[in-house]
Amino acid sequence: MQNDVIMAGFGGQGILLIGKILAYAGMHEGKEVSWLPSYGPEMRGGTANCTVVISDRPVGSPVIRSPRAVVAMNLPSLDKFEPDVRPGGLLLINSSLINRKAARDDLTVIEFPANQIANELGNRRGANMVALGVYLGATEAVSLEEVVEVVRETFAAKPGVIEINITALHRGHEIGAACAVGV
Amino acid sequence: MPETVFSKPQALRDVTTHYCPGCTHGTIHRLIAEVLDELGVRERTVGVAPVGCSVLAYNYFETDFHEASHGRAPAVATGIKRARPDLVVFAYQGDGDLASIGTAEIVHCANRGEKVTVVFVNNAIYGMTGGQMAPTTMPGQVATTCPLGRDVDLSGHPIRVSEMLSTLRTPAFVARTSVHTPLLSVNTKEMLRQAFTYQVEGRCFSLVEILSTCPTNWGIPPAEATEWLEKNMLPYYPLGVFKTPESGSRESMPLER
Amino acid sequence: MTKKLMKGSEAIGEAAVQAGCHLFFGYPITPQNEIPEYMSMRLPQVGGTFVQAESEVAASNMLYGAAGSGERVMTSSSSPGVSLMAEAISYLAGAELPVVIVNIMRAGPGLGGILPSQNDYLQSTKGMAHGDFRLLVLAPWSVQEAADLVQDAFDLADYYRNPVLILGDGLIGQMMEPVEFAEGREPIKELPPKDWAATGNDGSKPRSVINSLFLDPEELERHNYHLKEKYDRMERDEVRFETSGLDADYDLLVVAYGTVARVCSTAIEELADRGVKVGMVRPVSLFPYPYRAVREAARKAKAVLVVELSMGQMIEDVRLAIEGSKPLHFLNRTGGMLVSPDEVVDKIQAISEGSSQEVVHA
Repeated sequence: MQNDVIMAGFGGQGILLIGKILAYAGMHEGKEVSWLPSYGPEMRGGTANCTVVISDRPVGSPVIRSPRAVVAMNLPSLDKFEPDVRPGGLLLINSSLINRKAARDDLTVIEFPANQIANELGNRRGANMVALGVYLGATEAVSLEEVVEVVRETFAAKPGVIEINITALHRGHEIGAACAVGV
Repeated sequence: MPETVFSKPQALRDVTTHYCPGCTHGTIHRLIAEVLDELGVRERTVGVAPVGCSVLAYNYFETDFHEASHGRAPAVATGIKRARPDLVVFAYQGDGDLASIGTAEIVHCANRGEKVTVVFVNNAIYGMTGGQMAPTTMPGQVATTCPLGRDVDLSGHPIRVSEMLSTLRTPAFVARTSVHTPLLSVNTKEMLRQAFTYQVEGRCFSLVEILSTCPTNWGIPPAEATEWLEKNMLPYYPLGVFKTPESGSRESMPLER
Repeated sequence: MTKKLMKGSEAIGEAAVQAGCHLFFGYPITPQNEIPEYMSMRLPQVGGTFVQAESEVAASNMLYGAAGSGERVMTSSSSPGVSLMAEAISYLAGAELPVVIVNIMRAGPGLGGILPSQNDYLQSTKGMAHGDFRLLVLAPWSVQEAADLVQDAFDLADYYRNPVLILGDGLIGQMMEPVEFAEGREPIKELPPKDWAATGNDGSKPRSVINSLFLDPEELERHNYHLKEKYDRMERDEVRFETSGLDADYDLLVVAYGTVARVCSTAIEELADRGVKVGMVRPVSLFPYPYRAVREAARKAKAVLVVELSMGQMIEDVRLAIEGSKPLHFLNRTGGMLVSPDEVVDKIQAISEGSSQEVVHA
């Protein structure tokens, strides 16, 4: 059993962070994990993405050309990675920043206004957490409880943001669970 | 009982050097050895030999040694000193080694303020390789790679290392001396003593530039070489102390907030 | 002993610290900057020293001085920076100084790019710099293995008095994976005292001179034979490799190292689901190279496939190993492009269908 996902968006949207949180949670659950960021010129002000693999067995390739899931937080990311999603896979679209629909019809597509939801929750920087929640709800790649624990550890130095991020995570999880695919 | 009034320094090995007649490396080696003896640090001294005429310096000192690659002696000395701050570390370098291929290493070693001592022997020519132009070769001076004499329009002017290093803000001891007269040799020993003392006291980087003759590659007898040095090098390479850790502003300049 | 999620670069740094390396000299170059950054933070915590040198040339010579003083010392760089260190590496090998050098390879030649590559294989194993010398070269395929090999590298360097090179790629440096460090780890070799180190001399032992200069040709020839004897011992005792699928029957043998071997392992699993049987040899030590393992594994196969992120470097050693006994195929990407499991699957299917072109040498 393996879950793998490419999470992509603008630098500064906290994409690499939610990838790390996911990997940490997987590790805490005793699974094999890898987290691989994009690096190089594309880091400088452009898009950021990371590939996370969570598996019951040692992770083979940490590079995933055809991921089981893609989380696209902005339009360039959707344009870049939509064609790569494995047939029958999962495509998450942040409709707050993406003004088009999925082009493919062989995928499970979940559209959710991550920034709008985060704003409504009073957590303007929480769109990444909403997206992570949606991914977790749709795939159950790792348990929500474990992710919540990691979020508490991650933000231990900033206790003021822990609860609002957990709220965003839960809100996303509800959306994802409603469309659960069980990849 | 006869009294011994003169003997070989303990820090010098009882061997014959390969240096040419009239070369001053031997004198300089001896002065360093006397200073190491007198400071009582011979047993904890590690030298770094360069590439150039003094490449075999490790055979002449009764201390542990590293043989460095060309120009890198200050980096090797940095490695030794950082690994073992209790050691007294000196690099011995010529002008091709220090002022040409090794400019980056000497500037940054000095600028980091490594607590090491560099003895820089400047004879205005490449000796070991047979008399090519050095960065310190005088304008008009003939060398095998400037057979018509150094043309400053093509090769620039000789680099004055002591002056250049003394512009660095990091505290250091920088002096230029010569050994072409007995009196100046005595003065050179005093500069070396100060340089090593600054290191032993853990205070700063120190460098003593020592003007030297090279009768073989200058193509003139030793006595004339001495005259040539006085007439041509001294005016361009004035002797003296260029920088001490006490001189100049030493306080740091933090960013304004 | 708890697992931590660490970047490969950080794990390499921490492994060095745990191995007793308290000195690091380096110069920034992508994609390995996290190693010096980690060391600049970590070494002061253990009373160690980090120096950002003015160049890779200087850093590698600082390594020389520190290693000659008998201390454990490391540097890291990436391809262009390692080329600048090549001079010092020759001197380190000639003077028999134990150091650990990490090369997180990026794509070349020249300034090239900053994305992962394996294009320094020949440089690392055969042609680093002037003179007859070898480095012990170890190539990890995971963050955990990178940490383990770095710790072993310090023991091997001390044991053989020889530079050891950890050869990774940008993936190893950038990837995060769980790592654990064994507590109370014992050296993997019985390590002799470093009585050769130049640490000052009070006359109680022979003078130490750290040196690679031998003007007497007979002496230099003896020195070269002495070095060769060391390399021969490495070839006898330090060959490391892993295999998979060799116990059962298989039609094809894959040879790949580093992260590329992981890509291959994913492909091989997918093929196994479809009933295609493939074995793999993964060299871990690149010098000494596991020639015998490759040769023996190739016997059962109908063909051999080498997969590399280069225009064909390790394949030369595979050719030496199999000596033309089997058809040889090659799959590669370069310039920072990565091989995907799908490409490996497609290549293997092409080989079995006879549509892959053999590598043929005149």
